Amino acid sequence: MIEIRNLSKWYGQTRVLADCSTHVAKGEVVVVCGPSGSGKSTLIKCVNGLEPFARGSITVDGVSVGDPGTDLPRLRARVGMVFQHFELFPHMSVEQNLALAQIKVLGRSKDEAAARGVALLDRVGLREHARKFPGQLSGGQQQRVAIARALAMDPVCLLFDEPTSALDPEMIGEVLDVMVELARTGMTMMCVSHEMGFARKVAKRVVFMDHGEIVEDAPAAQFFEAPASERARTFLARILHH
Amino acid sequence: MNYHWNWGIFLEQVKGGDETYLDWLLTGLGWTLAVSLTAWVIALTLGICIGALRSMPSRLPVMLGNAWVELFRNIPLLVQMFLWFFVMPEFLPRDWSLWVKQDMPAKEFLTAALCLGLFTSARVAEQVRAGVGSLPRGQRDAALALGLTLPQTYRHVILPQALRIVIPPLTSEFMNVFKNSSVAFAIGVLELTFQARQMQEDSEQGIETFLAVTLLYFICAFAANRGMVLIEARTRVPGLIARTG
Ligand SMILES: Nc1ncnc2c1ncn2[C@@H]1O[C@H](COP(=O)(O)OP(=O)(O)O)[C@@H](O)[C@H]1O
Ligand SMILES: [Mg+2]
Repeated sequence: MIEIRNLSKWYGQTRVLADCSTHVAKGEVVVVCGPSGSGKSTLIKCVNGLEPFARGSITVDGVSVGDPGTDLPRLRARVGMVFQHFELFPHMSVEQNLALAQIKVLGRSKDEAAARGVALLDRVGLREHARKFPGQLSGGQQQRVAIARALAMDPVCLLFDEPTSALDPEMIGEVLDVMVELARTGMTMMCVSHEMGFARKVAKRVVFMDHGEIVEDAPAAQFFEAPASERARTFLARILHH
Repeated sequence: MNYHWNWGIFLEQVKGGDETYLDWLLTGLGWTLAVSLTAWVIALTLGICIGALRSMPSRLPVMLGNAWVELFRNIPLLVQMFLWFFVMPEFLPRDWSLWVKQDMPAKEFLTAALCLGLFTSARVAEQVRAGVGSLPRGQRDAALALGLTLPQTYRHVILPQALRIVIPPLTSEFMNVFKNSSVAFAIGVLELTFQARQMQEDSEQGIETFLAVTLLYFICAFAANRGMVLIEARTRVPGLIARTG
């Protein structure tokens, strides 16, 4: 589904991604972790073309992302993305947030879009909040709406960039529950996350990044029980003690 | 002060005509409103487009937008009026030039509205760019990630938020348009200032004349201000505490 080969990227002189290769097969969940500044966000934003890259290739569902001929809006419509800070559109109600791209991008009618929106709000347990504005919801509720918004486009895969790290601890669970449920239904997911409990539960593999490199790319159990690199051991020791 | 006050002057007939001085001032007010409102429509339309261009990720639109703003911001408005009115027609193709000089209808009005509109558009563009710049970058990413094109992203996500943020500075620009429209008298638009000068000369009651005109300008600017405050209240988003950064 997602195939990343020899990806490199520079910001001016600094190299932020160094020859990264990994993949996510259909129906798989892959968790990406690593210290802050290691290039996780950059990597995941390259996947739907939000960040351009200098070298290497990415294909998503058979479409080459870096190809100048690729219709990026069309590709992005099929790849859902969930952000650390939710990024709901604050000037629109929840139902409008869910409907906007369905109508403007997929060409659905207002009624269709609204019906799909309600169904998804139901799925994330927020049906009664359709008329509210993002500013009237808690962080956990906003992030669940953001997931519903991504799902409304019927994506072939979902990208998550630290979806729980801006949340108060008591709200992390409600968002992770939705993500676990998605994984169980066979959604293809690439998740930047430090929630190791979540990774253990649903991740097929864990990708560990440091300084723009993919240092480890291992089955989840193996990564947690016997990380191969010193860097991964240090990292795990640090986050598991928190 | 040895001045002969005559507040009844406004209802007196002008010399050699059957209008009153009040009619003159009201005609002037009409043209002031026409120039100002037309200019404001031009300024908002262009200013929003150019402000948006200046916030784009690529360099060419930014440079074009910057050039526009610098051009209109750095020349005095009065000089711009004269440039559009006297100089521009000379640089048009011959036929057009003749038409503009001889046949163009409402030439003074259109020139004044266009000139004031362009001048103000540069200032609006500056505000809009600042407003867009104050939004978190993630908003753009989120809209693009849903498959919206860049124009759709601006239309539905970026500009509605940016414009809400810049309503207060735009309010003062809107008020400025009414005040600046007085410069149009220099090219012969029969607006309020023009009519006031005419009334002053004709009636020799300069103080009453200019006090009345002051009041009329004040009412225009004040109404503009109230109007914008109303729009601000109408477009306020429930639960939104400005999140900028
Ligand atoms: N727009 C940018 N310009 C320059 N450097 C950047 C930019 N965005 C990110 N970086 C740098 O790229 C590196 C990787 O950043 P990021 O992908 O956000 O890391 P992570 O998500 O793992 O914390 C960091 O060192 C960061 O400082
Ligand atoms: Mg990050």
